Amino acid sequence: MSAGHTAELDSLFGDYPLDQAFDEMREPGGELRPHYRALAETLAALPPDELQRRKQSADLAFLTQGITFTVYGRDEGTERIFPYDLLPRLITAAEWDRIERGLTQRITALNLFLRDVYSDAKILNDRFIPRELVYSCKHYRRQMRGLQVPRNVYVAVVGSDLLRLNTGEFVVLEDNLRVPSGVSYMLTNRRVMKRTFPQLFQSYGVRPIEHYPQQLLATLRSLAPEGRPEPNIVLLTPGVFNSAYFEHTYLARQMGIDLVEGRDLVAHDNIVYMRTTDGLRRVDVIYRRVDDDFSDPLIFRSDSSLGCAGLFNAYRAGNVTVTNAFGTGLADDKAIYAFVPRMIRYYLDQDPILPNVETYLLSDEKERAHVLANLDKLVVKAVGESGGYGMLIGPHSTAQQREQFALQIQANPRNYIAQPTLDFSRAPCLIGNHLEPRHVDLRPYILFGDKVNIVPGGLTRVALEKGSLVVNSSQGGGSKDTWVLE
Amino acid sequence: MLSRVADSLYWMSRYLERAENTVRQLDVTMSLMLDPGGDSAETRWKRLVASLGKATGLEWNGDLESMAHTLVFDGLNPASVTFSVNGARENARQVREEISSEQWQRLNRLFHHIHSPQAEAQFSANNNDLLASVVDGIHLFKGVSDTTMIHGQGWQFIRLGRYLERAYSTATLLEVYQPSLFAPAETETFGNQYLELVGLLRCCTSFEAYCQVYTADLSPARILEFLLLNRDFPHAIRYSVEGMRHAVESIQRGGGRRAPDELFVVIGRLQAMLSYTTIGEILSGDAAGFLHSIREQCMRIHELIYRYYVQYSIQSALAA
Repeated sequence: MSAGHTAELDSLFGDYPLDQAFDEMREPGGELRPHYRALAETLAALPPDELQRRKQSADLAFLTQGITFTVYGRDEGTERIFPYDLLPRLITAAEWDRIERGLTQRITALNLFLRDVYSDAKILNDRFIPRELVYSCKHYRRQMRGLQVPRNVYVAVVGSDLLRLNTGEFVVLEDNLRVPSGVSYMLTNRRVMKRTFPQLFQSYGVRPIEHYPQQLLATLRSLAPEGRPEPNIVLLTPGVFNSAYFEHTYLARQMGIDLVEGRDLVAHDNIVYMRTTDGLRRVDVIYRRVDDDFSDPLIFRSDSSLGCAGLFNAYRAGNVTVTNAFGTGLADDKAIYAFVPRMIRYYLDQDPILPNVETYLLSDEKERAHVLANLDKLVVKAVGESGGYGMLIGPHSTAQQREQFALQIQANPRNYIAQPTLDFSRAPCLIGNHLEPRHVDLRPYILFGDKVNIVPGGLTRVALEKGSLVVNSSQGGGSKDTWVLE
Repeated sequence: MLSRVADSLYWMSRYLERAENTVRQLDVTMSLMLDPGGDSAETRWKRLVASLGKATGLEWNGDLESMAHTLVFDGLNPASVTFSVNGARENARQVREEISSEQWQRLNRLFHHIHSPQAEAQFSANNNDLLASVVDGIHLFKGVSDTTMIHGQGWQFIRLGRYLERAYSTATLLEVYQPSLFAPAETETFGNQYLELVGLLRCCTSFEAYCQVYTADLSPARILEFLLLNRDFPHAIRYSVEGMRHAVESIQRGGGRRAPDELFVVIGRLQAMLSYTTIGEILSGDAAGFLHSIREQCMRIHELIYRYYVQYSIQSALAA
């Protein structure tokens, strides 16, 4: 590296703090990691305002393409673009290989677990997982007991959240087995990125992700009911007011399938139809982006009109495939999560490739006592929540908040778990005119049809607030394009 | 195609056609007011409001600028341009997966443009610039609709909405203008009357087209003939009705199981009414009634579109 470059790099970095957290770009001593060098040098060589200019043109691209999410609670139903950081997050081929194998193993075990629990429940009889933990889960659906699911695939679409600890190792923070979202941002980030840094992208040799919609479609098709060679596949959305509506329309369009709402569907004689201009048309596969609770007012919440009355019975009769299946939220319950390594050993007789985060079950008396004594150091989460809600981050909490959580835990221990506060990795972000590190996670998207497919990459979410550990878009998070290198 | 989607495309298109129509009529009215003489500003404004379907909240209050501002920007007034643009975008948003990215981006840009603070500033500085830019935005949308969207059922519903809205609003406009066309105020000079007639034609972007057919020799009877009965000019009512029939036929070719017999009857009757008559017959008979009947038939067509394609009963569909 020439001396001139170093000066420019210094001004780009400004005051870039390094501490014990893993930095994606720099070694602990401050040296650039080899695979980040070309990126840093390219950025440093740009004229001072060029980065800002590219940032603005990327923002404009998001706005005119309507890549927005809805912010609830305002008069106009304001739409905002999902904050986007210009710098890609890089993952080496070796790192990705491990992630891919680890996730494949995990999703296979989770599917076997769901099948087992909803049929013979061997794992419970063998006392590998406490029975009461399963049956007390609010996402357990007894209607699914003994029901034959096409190809035994309960979860066809998964988004697992990974963190990188200060050892450099990736761990799984949670699995999203219900209606994981964000894949449209992964795809649109990539498109905007290719326009923003075309030469850089080319020089890096990034593995493509653009085929995700096609793979999703192939996955859905592989799950069609028997005897329906040309299945009619649809995406079921709660509608235009859902915060992920953009994603639903995006995926439907990219797959070339109809985007339906509950009011478009009619179940008659255990067959689901959709209302078209040519009359009723039979539906074979439903990619469901509506929660269990709202899917069928006859079986689940009777006050919901987002689903289709009679859907579940048609599903039970095998006349329509709904994916992900109902009741899969059981396996992403944060208390059940603690047992995923055991599932992997039980069903696959393997050691987990991607470890879990250490998790305390508060229904266990000894662990509860430990957690209550150390609330200021731990993160406490409600087991059935997502999106960063229902969470206490010990080191960032007030005594009053801790007291309130302690009461809630004692009132309903099953509803909470605790984990150590993780010092997960940080990646450089463009803040103003220079780079600063921010905490990032990684959500790869896993498809499970005839086989497991993971597009190389995923959504890297960023906690854009300085020092913040919360990456959720509803709580001030943003995203980055993720480049898996050849 | 999903019924809900067809419905949204149909309304997206109607709203845009309505926005364009409102913009053009406002533009013409305001430019006519520049010339002294002829009708007072109040009369003109009232005529504008009447030809926009007697919109409320737009009563004459003497402050032209604020009323025009309301008609363009008041998103809560159903007659306003902004309301129509909002409606078009909201419908498009619900069928994002059906329209092309280009269409969506065009419409989104128009939406953000009319909601930007610059738009209001531009309107105060020179209202014509802003109105022209809105019309441009709509034209661009129609252009990319024709070039980037598959010409299947969805596209036909867009055409159906456009022609229905156009036939209806042109009939309304003519109904409002018709009495004064043939009985100009005695004080009116030839120059003013000429401007009036040009204004009416420009409301339908048809001045130049008219001149090609009849030369610049403007007469009320010929103008009516042109806007009602011309079969080649896209803003003439007869052309619009033929467009509707063509759209419905194409939708039906998509393989519908239930033939919309009654819809064909109603559209065919309206088409025949416009094809097999002369302007002389219309003027010697009840011209106002003739125009009014066009509007009623348009409403009937709208109802039937709903009954056949959008809100049919499940029993009828299962039986078919």
